[in-house]
Amino acid sequence: MHQTTAHEPVFTGERKNELEQVLERYETRRAGLLPALWMVQHARGWISEEAMAEVADVLGLTPAYVKGVVTFYTMYHQHPVGEHFIQVCTTTCCNVVGAEDVVQAFLEQTGCGELGATSRDGKYTVIEVECLGACGFPTPVMINEDFIESVTPETVPRLLEKYR
Amino acid sequence: MGYPHKPHPRETLVLSEHFGDPDARTYDGWVKRGGYETLEKALGMESAAVITEVQESGLRGRGGAGFPAGVKWGFMPKEKKGPHYLCVNADESEPGTFKDREIMRWTPHALIEGSAITAHAIQAQTSYMYIRGEFTEPIAIMQQALDEAYAKGVLGKNAMGTGKQLDMYIHRGAGAYICGEETALMNSIEGRRGNPRIRPPFPAAYGVFGRPTTINNVETLTAVKHIMERGAQWYKSLSLSNPKSTGTKLLSVSGQVNKPGNYEVEMGFPLKDLVYDLCGGVHSGALKAVVPGGSSVPYLTREEAEGCLLDYEGCVEAGTMLGSGGVFVFDETADIVYQTMRTCRFYAHESCAQCTQCREGTGWTVRILQKILAGEGEMKDLDLLMDVGEQMTGKTICVLSDSCAVVAMSAIEKFRNEFEAYITGVRRPLLAAV
Repeated sequence: MHQTTAHEPVFTGERKNELEQVLERYETRRAGLLPALWMVQHARGWISEEAMAEVADVLGLTPAYVKGVVTFYTMYHQHPVGEHFIQVCTTTCCNVVGAEDVVQAFLEQTGCGELGATSRDGKYTVIEVECLGACGFPTPVMINEDFIESVTPETVPRLLEKYR
Repeated sequence: MGYPHKPHPRETLVLSEHFGDPDARTYDGWVKRGGYETLEKALGMESAAVITEVQESGLRGRGGAGFPAGVKWGFMPKEKKGPHYLCVNADESEPGTFKDREIMRWTPHALIEGSAITAHAIQAQTSYMYIRGEFTEPIAIMQQALDEAYAKGVLGKNAMGTGKQLDMYIHRGAGAYICGEETALMNSIEGRRGNPRIRPPFPAAYGVFGRPTTINNVETLTAVKHIMERGAQWYKSLSLSNPKSTGTKLLSVSGQVNKPGNYEVEMGFPLKDLVYDLCGGVHSGALKAVVPGGSSVPYLTREEAEGCLLDYEGCVEAGTMLGSGGVFVFDETADIVYQTMRTCRFYAHESCAQCTQCREGTGWTVRILQKILAGEGEMKDLDLLMDVGEQMTGKTICVLSDSCAVVAMSAIEKFRNEFEAYITGVRRPLLAAV
């Protein structure tokens, strides 16, 4: 599981400089919001209320505004997730060639049991995701930041070995 | 070409010529293939002359709408009073479409070159490349190519040694189909929720940061490079059927077909030949249905598909749209009712929820379809679906609502017997009753 201890500021030192550099690309500080949220998620694994408040403070926005944006985008985690976050595409093009069997294989072999749940060892969370944009390579799966093409129920065990 | 397959003799390789060749990804590899010569030439031309050439080529937007690219650029103010922007729409999220991903993975410098030419044409100094958040590999490849382009002086304060400043930045999305809608994308760059904006004002007058903005799809911008290299007349000559549809089109083929992949053909190519010849036919039995333009367009039956020519006009004639060129194929084993529910569920999940018709209608459509799949449907539910679909069409800020409606309505119109089979109990329920 990613850390759930008290919030330590994300935008200090090197990371603060990095954000300031990113902000130079835009006319407004608000435009740095999506990049800033990505930086939080990379650093902490998820985006807590405290982190939203920090981002708001850094960019001159309100915490409520930041929360409104966080909740709009599905890739930002508002809660801790498993160490390996597994997203399986099950939209139509993949669905019609067996994507739901791939989901089942992941649910069974990670011990997650049900969609969205985290395995008891904190290692895995499995979700269905809408169209990953690689329909010619069914079934595409994302594990953390890795994009994996052509996953079948048969290839799931070997794939999971890389994410122990 | 049909990456990961070998090119088929009936393909016309322009955008996809270097797919699968990692050497073409690098700056040196790109320059070895004549890369950035066209940008140099274009930067020496008047902006207006570039726009005229692209207008003359007949290039139409490849993101789905098919609007003439040069005409769109012509809407930008001629006299620059403040910053202009170019947005590169790389939010490829339309189910069935995966062509922009290959362009970015294999020929990132082609996209940079086409985008830089376009930025010059519309007098923009800064371009934002909005890439969907899940595309981690294309983002890494594009970032490396941008770093190289800056290091080699293609971009930056003195682009190609012309004294012009050209900047290009990646803006990573975070998981929202609707951000591929042009004004939602601009809101997302601005750090807002990705809600589409009411038009007018159009982006050419009031776009990102309220500035004049042009937004084009990855495939469109990459085609610009080739048009400026080989000329509008050459591009216009690539047309098998209707002269209003010019150039090549990348068709992303997926579903129950033997060789899924990206195929590049001239506009007007027969859909029948794409499926049976290039893609080697369907998995089992006969072809049942094709959705030729990404998930937002009406289904074609087998008969309709076999007569359809793949260009903007040909698809309309067949009763559908070319859209983004995401062709998904169903064989006779496919359950159209279930797959329609899955597609509608996609729209319900992706609705930004601004407009009532969309927020309520997409979810309602899914619930009715699930009820039918659970064996609890009634014949009047089909009328209700059609009625809900009517109410979802043409009434909202963007067309996400219309897209969901057209899927459900065309499925009922063309495959009514499959819905009736669930309702009358001929087919066993697929879902548990709720």
